[in-house]
Amino acid sequence: MHEGWAGKQMHETETTTMANHSTAAEHPKWMQHHFSDPIQQRESVKFGMWIFLITEILFFGGLFCAYAIYRAWHPEVFLAAHHALDWKMGALNTIVLIVSSLTIALSIRSFQLDRKKEGMWLLVATFLLAGVFMVVKYFEYTHKFHLGIFPGEFYNYGGFAGVNNPHIFFSIYFVMTGLHGLHVLIGMGVIAWLVIRAARGAFGAEYYNPVEVTGLYWHLVDLIWIFLFPLLYLIH
Amino acid sequence: MAGKNAQHGAHGEHITPLRTYLAVGAALIVLTILTVGAIQFDFGSAMNLVIAMAIAVVKASLVALFFMHLLYDNKFYLFSFITTILFLGVFIILTMFDTMRRGDFYEEAMAPITPQAAMYESIEADTTGGHGSHGEGHGGGASHDDETGKSENKTGNH
Repeated sequence: MHEGWAGKQMHETETTTMANHSTAAEHPKWMQHHFSDPIQQRESVKFGMWIFLITEILFFGGLFCAYAIYRAWHPEVFLAAHHALDWKMGALNTIVLIVSSLTIALSIRSFQLDRKKEGMWLLVATFLLAGVFMVVKYFEYTHKFHLGIFPGEFYNYGGFAGVNNPHIFFSIYFVMTGLHGLHVLIGMGVIAWLVIRAARGAFGAEYYNPVEVTGLYWHLVDLIWIFLFPLLYLIH
Repeated sequence: MAGKNAQHGAHGEHITPLRTYLAVGAALIVLTILTVGAIQFDFGSAMNLVIAMAIAVVKASLVALFFMHLLYDNKFYLFSFITTILFLGVFIILTMFDTMRRGDFYEEAMAPITPQAAMYESIEADTTGGHGSHGEGHGGGASHDDETGKSENKTGNH
């Protein structure tokens, strides 16, 4: 395993002469004492985040599976009911999330290059774009609530005459987009915390692990929306 | 795979050039417009779904490889990610085999499992020796059930 995560761990215990300048003697503030060097710390933190993202993929996977089963069983319900969603809103939110993914990726790049202020402002931009996403979502949800389109047994919309059980589509819609929206809100909380730390100068070329793993999480939230958008808003 | 002008960070990590990030961002927006555009044309409902999913997979790959750095990072992360997707595929495909083909084995059970399904009437009939006595059974009695699961029965193979 060339430069592998486990391989490095073993290698580190054998030899202390690596070509990096941070030794235990210096011990920067962000360096946890149970790691032997910043590279090992960084790789471990990222691996931990990837394990979490894997559980997230499987978590949403159950919902994608439910979607697949119900769409296969009731294609006509999905086709009819999806007209209640405004694809323009969905497309707008797709663009907003893509740009926010770009800004957080660029923020990490800025910290890698030790441009601390630029990195912080890109985090602020990411936070604001996430806010735009939630505002659009708010308008979409309230519009449906006004019509009486609620999840599950609370559904009382009279439209879609002749369509059997349109609430099945909306239950799936609300659970999938609701859970995704919750992830956006949690992401906003974490990004706000990163902005505060970045403003205090906590991140730079030497250390930006929290920004990097939050970026991974944020990209996964974007990635899930990339599938939700065509599956919910664009049914032919 | 690294660009000509790729830089490296304080601990030797790869720093993606600005150009690459902007190009990937632009490609993602173009693909979003493309997927909205493709749905305006009728390629048949299955083909439209395939096109939409193919575009989504390309977009997801761009995000994972460039924004999530899977292309440059330790390949163990890429391996973990792809393995997860494969197992997710196994999960969904096997579940679909079950739910779509269940009727091949149990003619009563093609419908989703709800208390309204005729299956429950026959179970009740077996256990009580009586009649289907629940409120909203639409299967029409405990007799055999060619009309079971009306709208649910897509494959129609009894």
